[in-house]
Amino acid sequence: MSAENGTAPAAGGARRPEVEVTDLAVRIARTGVPIVEGVSFSIEAGRTLGLVGESGSGKSTVAVGLLGYARRGLEIAAGTVRIGDTDILALDPKGLRSARGRIVSYVPQDPAAGLNPAHRLGPQLREAITAHGDVPKGELDGRVNDLLESVNLPATKKILRSYPHQISGGQQQRIAIAIAFACRPRLIVLDEPTTGLDVTTQRHILATIDELASVHDAAAVYVSHDLAAVAEVATDTAVMYAGRIVERAPTARLFAAPRHPYTVGLIASAPSAEKAHRLLGIEGHPPRPGSWPDGCAYADRCPRALPDCRAGVPKLLEESPGQLVRCINPVPIDATTEIVLDVPTLPTSQEMALSVRGLVADYSGTPVLHDIQLDVPRGKVTAVVGESGSGKTTLARCLVGLHSSWQGEVLLGTDSTSLAPGASERSSDQLREMQYIFQNPFGSLNPTMTVVENVEEPLRHFERISRAERRARAIAALETVSLGAQFADTMPGRMSGGERQRAAVARGLVVEPSVLVCDEITSALDVSVQALLVEQLRDLQIERNLSMVFITHNLAVVRSIAQNMIVLQQGRIVEQGTVDAVLGNPQHPYTRQLLEDLPRLEARAGSSQAA
Amino acid sequence: MSADATTPDVVPTKAPRASLGGRAGRLLRGALRTRRGQIGLLLTLIVVGIAFLGPLFAGSPTALHGGPFEAPGGVAGPLGGDSLGRSVLDRVLDGGWRILLISAAATAMAIVLGSIAGVVAAYRGGFADTLIMRTVDVLLGIPSLVFVLMLLSVIGSHAWLVIVGVGLTQAPQVARVLRAAAQDVSERDYVKAVAAWGVPPRTVIRRHVIPSLLTPLMVESALRLSFSIILVASLSFLGLGTQPPTADWGVMINENRVGLAQNVWGVLAPAILLATLAVGTNMFSDAIARANLSAGSAGDPTLQMALTSSNVAEGDEPVGLDAIDEGPG
Amino acid sequence: MATTPATAEVQRPPEEDEGGRWWQSPIAQMVWRRALLGILTLVLIAVIVYFATTVLPGDAATAILGQSATPARIAKVEAELGLDEPLLTRFVDWFGNAIHGDFGNSLSAAAPVGSHGGASKEAVTTLVNEKLLNSVVLIGVTAIVSTLLGILAGMYAAFRRDGIFDTGGSVVALVASALPEFVVAIFVVMLFAVNVFDWFPALSLLPPGESILSHLNMLVLPVLALVIVTTPYVFRMTRGAMIEVLDTDYVEFARMKGVSPRKIAFRHALPNALAPVIQVVGLNLLYLAGGIVLVEAIFSYPGVGLALVEAINGRDVPTIQYIVLMLAVFYVILNIVTDVGVLLVTPRRRYPRS
Repeated sequence: MSAENGTAPAAGGARRPEVEVTDLAVRIARTGVPIVEGVSFSIEAGRTLGLVGESGSGKSTVAVGLLGYARRGLEIAAGTVRIGDTDILALDPKGLRSARGRIVSYVPQDPAAGLNPAHRLGPQLREAITAHGDVPKGELDGRVNDLLESVNLPATKKILRSYPHQISGGQQQRIAIAIAFACRPRLIVLDEPTTGLDVTTQRHILATIDELASVHDAAAVYVSHDLAAVAEVATDTAVMYAGRIVERAPTARLFAAPRHPYTVGLIASAPSAEKAHRLLGIEGHPPRPGSWPDGCAYADRCPRALPDCRAGVPKLLEESPGQLVRCINPVPIDATTEIVLDVPTLPTSQEMALSVRGLVADYSGTPVLHDIQLDVPRGKVTAVVGESGSGKTTLARCLVGLHSSWQGEVLLGTDSTSLAPGASERSSDQLREMQYIFQNPFGSLNPTMTVVENVEEPLRHFERISRAERRARAIAALETVSLGAQFADTMPGRMSGGERQRAAVARGLVVEPSVLVCDEITSALDVSVQALLVEQLRDLQIERNLSMVFITHNLAVVRSIAQNMIVLQQGRIVEQGTVDAVLGNPQHPYTRQLLEDLPRLEARAGSSQAA
Repeated sequence: MSADATTPDVVPTKAPRASLGGRAGRLLRGALRTRRGQIGLLLTLIVVGIAFLGPLFAGSPTALHGGPFEAPGGVAGPLGGDSLGRSVLDRVLDGGWRILLISAAATAMAIVLGSIAGVVAAYRGGFADTLIMRTVDVLLGIPSLVFVLMLLSVIGSHAWLVIVGVGLTQAPQVARVLRAAAQDVSERDYVKAVAAWGVPPRTVIRRHVIPSLLTPLMVESALRLSFSIILVASLSFLGLGTQPPTADWGVMINENRVGLAQNVWGVLAPAILLATLAVGTNMFSDAIARANLSAGSAGDPTLQMALTSSNVAEGDEPVGLDAIDEGPG
Repeated sequence: MATTPATAEVQRPPEEDEGGRWWQSPIAQMVWRRALLGILTLVLIAVIVYFATTVLPGDAATAILGQSATPARIAKVEAELGLDEPLLTRFVDWFGNAIHGDFGNSLSAAAPVGSHGGASKEAVTTLVNEKLLNSVVLIGVTAIVSTLLGILAGMYAAFRRDGIFDTGGSVVALVASALPEFVVAIFVVMLFAVNVFDWFPALSLLPPGESILSHLNMLVLPVLALVIVTTPYVFRMTRGAMIEVLDTDYVEFARMKGVSPRKIAFRHALPNALAPVIQVVGLNLLYLAGGIVLVEAIFSYPGVGLALVEAINGRDVPTIQYIVLMLAVFYVILNIVTDVGVLLVTPRRRYPRS
């Protein structure tokens, strides 16, 4: 066995790993451009491998590759995937079909999309069971009921006769999991199975998966971009970057002492709900397939890059027992316990930038917000936390006047001007003082205009200045968010999500508002990009005394950026106060539950985040 | 920490000015890059050339040479004679430009009417929307040909009426498409962002909604034109469009049907020209539709990076099933 | 912590037929709504048709009488046609009669003549309904052939995507669907009836009183022409719908479950592609309703389309009104049926979430 593989030959009576992947490679069928290369790992029965990476890392491609599947336009170029005694990649189509579901199975990211909308749930479950061998008639119903119970769903006729759209997201995912476990496979591949689910449901799903995996003694691959979830669930973790595994180690070791600069950067970018610290972030982008450099793919972004790094792709080498790193200049072991910077403490503010009293809002008659009360001190960030359906976005829309069906008081600024419900009724000054940033970076900029034109737009409306001055101010705003003049004449369609979001922030800042309302602006971003944006906002907060209302469901980000917070549940505030108080010593059961259900990076990492 | 943010792939390029002409031009160029677009445009231009340059080279389309259905190459010219003994060649050369002009005018009318109706319906909503959409339904409740025939039969075969009638049958679809597009755009966050600044609706429409409507409009216009041409030619064929003795391809096909056995060219020549024109315009509008689809992806670039252009093979249909509202033909 | 999470989640079990009557079900509701809308549309169309054919310039009486038009005779014909009464009354009368199926008598000179040298004594409805069967046969046969061919070819092309059949088929479809109907018909005639082969008659001249069913050879070419024009459309749309479905996550998931290709095609993909396919079939039929006009004219096929053309040429206003309205009714009913069909195969709309 090569050192690449990292598995020493079994000694004596130790059994060989249940799953062994060797040099898996996937490429674009028509052009031969590699998407994923040299991926190798092994998993023992009953253990879970976490596969971590950001967008474009290839982790999903690897995930489906484990079933011998390649998405449209792609093909599996090389490698072996041995599960038990079967090499999946060596099977013929018939054998492959037989293996899928029986030897290896898959839980998709979006359960709503994975379940056939035209079939009721009962038949879908039955199909999973009978796909691999007939089952005597009498036994089938019993097996279906067992399946349902194993994922904590009631085995009722109603559930069996329902269509997927008639049950909740969490329930849909449970069905998908049940289907995956139906034939007792040896390997389960989970592809971001809890994305889009709220924290509590996520916790339960993870528990279910854990339980089932151990009951069946199955191996599992857990693909995710959520470091904390992986830290909790996986026994070993592999980090992927630009189509290759760059580090692989037992989870505790990886998070306590990461060696690859990318892993270090990634972990340092991840916010923590326990303690506020500066987030590192990583500038730049990973190289696209087809544009892989000859040397290390991370070299261009790496603070430890040496000239030799660009000479050739580093091999995956064992740096410490069980820990493999693909780097010729890895981070020294002792260096990783330092560095995390504390968040600067801010001076107390005397005045309120924004005050909300007794806000009640509805959607065509149905009430969605009840008696909301909120204070945003000048120069501070107040977070609004809630799950989907809590009303947090509605609150944000009411504040800026995008949603006008509300009553109550919203007071803006020192002179406490009371704002009218709808934007069209507010004065120009009022409108300009408060700016809104949207969640989805791919819809918030006008695709028919260049970036600078987008950023200039509020200036056109609010101020009478010359064209040259407008452009100058727009470019200045872009530079504040580190986008710079080089992006000015680019079209948004050519930029990444993080860049677009920064442009959107620039647009929000160009008229020099006193309050920014940020609606889940980091939710669609990768961890390293999110970190950059959060730090950017923090700098702005400090430099310009900018106040913010920060809507999010992510408690860790709240800890990083906000000083005060409110927790919303179904339109009501259940808890509010300083972030330290609420997150450090939560009173309300809902808040407590949220914190408890939150996956912790520290769980396996020990003291990795202590300063 | 923040290294020099220069990753070669995403070095921002100086993009062309985002002007209306720019985007339209880009769409056309995209269409012309495909084989389909090239062939389509070529075929169309050939026939348009014949139609508009033809009269310059034609002899008299009404002069008589010999008896009916003279053989080709004889006294009636290389394509022979038609039902009355006129030169098929001369009539063919003279018989296209009217169809094209009328179709173009009808399409223009359909576009103008339909766009206004669609945008107003989308932005006003409420009663205006219902009214306009009901009208659309009513107009679409009668087959186009039948509707225009009805008008023509009662009022008479006037060119202006053909234009108005055909325009009225094509406008509803334009209205539908633009309404859907305008609604879609209005839902986008960037339009809401502008609304949050208190910008008056009229300005929002002008600066942000309408520019985004250009591309769907282009696609739809090309399609409408190809339908209009067919409609106008069909009307001529049925004797309700251009009236004899004026030369017209549709008319020729009808009046020379009788003599198919004697001189096939009287029918074949105009038929081939019409067919080529129809196929050409259709192909080209199809190419535009595809260029629009592939350019429109405002989705996550990272995911699409590897798979675009290697995946979307030339043979791929625009799977946008909003084309489904269209009928066949 | 306290309660098991799963039971907390399942507080709202999916509702089945929740004690409502069947006529309150989503399908029934939609049918009511569409029917009402349809009736409204029909009334509006009737208004348009009536005014387009009687109010607008074009002197019906003079047209009918032609040479023998003297003021006295004109007045008499106008009285007979009721043209001397106020507009609204005329419309209401006309509409009332129309609902009862009485469209008056045909003005066609070809019909058995009355004593005016113009207006016949044959009811419009009788005259036209005789031809109805022929058109129904034409539409029906075409629809069946083009739908079957189109769907099967479309499905096959979708499964063997980018294969020869697919790329070749798409090109052929594009060309064939672009051709104007009458050009296709002419080509068909040239090819099979006159210039190349002479297997079939160029005109479908049925002896009066006989039905098309006893002269099937007259049906072939008209059907062929229509099939050539409509099949490509069905093909393209089916292929498109199938491809979209085959690219979905749930089909991918089915593949990952190890389901066989055949089962994937028919059990997983097809049910979800049905909705657009039904729409396509509906649109196809709608198109055919209008499309037969040209084809019947070319082949002199004795159907409703030809009757319309003749009525138009002869300014036979009542006949025009009747046929146009008949088409409109057909349209409305077909739209309702299509919408119901789509609803039936879309569980998400049929059983809305509670």
